[in-house]
Amino acid sequence: MASRYGTLRDIPLEEEVVPGTMLCAGCGGALLVRIFEKMLGPGAITINAAGCMSLLSVFPYTPFKSSWFYIAMASAPAAAQGVRDALDILIDRKRIEREDDLKVLVLTGDGAASGIGLQATSGAIHRGLDFYYLAYDNEGYSNTGFQASESSPFASSTKTTPPTDLAEGSILQKKDLFEIWRAHKPPYVATISPAYIGDMMHKIEKAGRMSGPKLFIAHSPCPPGWGIDSDKVIRIARLAVETGIWPLKEAINGEVTHTIIHKKRRPVEEYLGTQERFAHLFRPARNERIIRQMQQNTDDYWNAVLK
Amino acid sequence: MRELLTGNGAVAAAVRLCNVEYIPAYPITPQTEIIETLSRWISEKTMNARFVTYDSEHSMVTGAGAASLTGVRTFTATSSQGLLYAFEMLYNVAGWRAPIVLANVSRALAAPITLEPDHNDVLAARDSGFVQIHAETCQEVLDSVIMAYRIAEDDRVRLPVIVNLDGFYLSYTREPVDVPEGQEVSKFLPEYKPTFGYLNARNPVSMGVSVLDSSAYSYFKYQMHLASLNAMGVHDQVSAEFERIFGRKYDVTDEYMLDDADYVVVMTNSFATMGKSAITRLRTEGKKVGLLRIRMVRPFPKQAIAKKLAGKKGVAVIDQNISVGSGGILYPELAGALYHTEERPKVLISFVGGLGGKKISFSEFRHIVSTLEGAAREGTPQAQSVLLFTEDNWMKVREMLKIAGKGDVNG
Repeated sequence: MASRYGTLRDIPLEEEVVPGTMLCAGCGGALLVRIFEKMLGPGAITINAAGCMSLLSVFPYTPFKSSWFYIAMASAPAAAQGVRDALDILIDRKRIEREDDLKVLVLTGDGAASGIGLQATSGAIHRGLDFYYLAYDNEGYSNTGFQASESSPFASSTKTTPPTDLAEGSILQKKDLFEIWRAHKPPYVATISPAYIGDMMHKIEKAGRMSGPKLFIAHSPCPPGWGIDSDKVIRIARLAVETGIWPLKEAINGEVTHTIIHKKRRPVEEYLGTQERFAHLFRPARNERIIRQMQQNTDDYWNAVLK
Repeated sequence: MRELLTGNGAVAAAVRLCNVEYIPAYPITPQTEIIETLSRWISEKTMNARFVTYDSEHSMVTGAGAASLTGVRTFTATSSQGLLYAFEMLYNVAGWRAPIVLANVSRALAAPITLEPDHNDVLAARDSGFVQIHAETCQEVLDSVIMAYRIAEDDRVRLPVIVNLDGFYLSYTREPVDVPEGQEVSKFLPEYKPTFGYLNARNPVSMGVSVLDSSAYSYFKYQMHLASLNAMGVHDQVSAEFERIFGRKYDVTDEYMLDDADYVVVMTNSFATMGKSAITRLRTEGKKVGLLRIRMVRPFPKQAIAKKLAGKKGVAVIDQNISVGSGGILYPELAGALYHTEERPKVLISFVGGLGGKKISFSEFRHIVSTLEGAAREGTPQAQSVLLFTEDNWMKVREMLKIAGKGDVNG
């Protein structure tokens, strides 16, 4: 089906999240939320697990034109289940009009998505809940000052994986949430990037035609956590895709398609070199072994994709 | 209609009578029969509700609160470890002011793990904001669930309610129960129509938002506290109406041979039946004893308790729970309730018993009463909780220790 959304010009004009929040300048996640809510339009409810985005609505203010529901960290998808089921009951019994129906969006960070909330998410996907899930993946527990999460990449520096003479930062690989979610065979799961808004809008539009779990993992550069300037967020997000570190893809009923393929990928160190969290790989001495290993991991991924 | 129902069956019957529309569920012994019964009725289409098995009690309570705020009457049930697994969300749904009813089938807490009841599970939730009603009989279980929705959904309260029943002693015990007609219950309990926090597209609302300000935080917490205190008056109104329609009367406390009693045992839940039986027997021996059962545990009916115990010579609080390092949990609450009354009993002694469902024997009740009499006579204060444990209990444990290869342990 032809898409209405291709370029930045196609972004819906109506704002659903108005300016003026407590989020950090240049927050990659905030941009994603803004676009995502525009795509959902009015009549959505955002169900948020504890994380950076919890600071969007702080009593007595909210930037959302639509409804907001803050839950605990582990169970936002369970709240989505309760809201969705209740709306279905009320519509079935004609206690509310169809115009009162809400699109249900779960909004969490990578810590809630990959760690503490994984069980609740697995349950919601298994039950075929009709909802959107936007996981803004800033690759660490940013709201608490950037500690390692299960989504922090190999060799990245966080407050709890500091690089020392003996360690190069996180020794663990980033958890593959896309594959974990895909194993449940939801109708739709995709990765998105704030540097590829057209791709993102197209995916949300496509998912919107489906019923059931519609799941998105968004690359979300975090200026304070990653040690980057606020004005470099989009450029760094673009580099993540161009180096192949952040593959843009979707899976419909479990079938994977890559939506953006760069035939000639940039070397990963161009991406790594932009961020303070990888600075120890370059200074005081270049850590050739780790950089080569990260390049190899990326190449292995794409060689399997392009085979 | 009079039926032989287990406590679990009485809960399920009440839930169907209340036209509950949504049931988030998760199995746990000894609660499971409740959700099995409800799911069977829904499958047989003798009950019109949606039943969803969640991935945990934490998720289940989250979903229950969210559905309630969206506008459907919601019920859920758990026990013991399940209640603790949901603990974070108990505070949340209470803070959301979601008027759900949760049946807790009491079971002692691990470790060591066991199946039979005490009240460390439900009393752990005492500060959460849930109203708590603790039942003694299967009839009271059914009636309390029906009354619980009226209290929870009353705009002066708007708090979730736990109805507590003891595992095994009530959950699996059949008693004759008067099951009212659906039409009568519908007259008593109208359709759930929330006036706020009702999520829909045309009326956007923010729920559960952070406050990040200590004044605002205190304001909302105090509101919950005051709303909970309102639940006592609301209970009495609801109870009067309940009596008018169904002919059964419940107060926030229940009493047995209390009026002329000099010595009183205070209990909660189904073990109060053992207590009443012991009181009857002690009366035949000429002891002026009585029993006070605390039925509403939250809000804690301080004034009602103080009035009932005014002028008594001695009071024993039998806590079927243990706050490790302190003793019985309800004892200090009783002491607080009595402190400012002129005619407060001189003797107030804490007993801990019934842990893990261990029966309290007649000889223990007799010991409790003679301890009260002795303390009243000699004026010897008893600071620590008395831990009830009989010779028989010890013989049994010693036998097991022997089998476990620890036979040289001495008493």
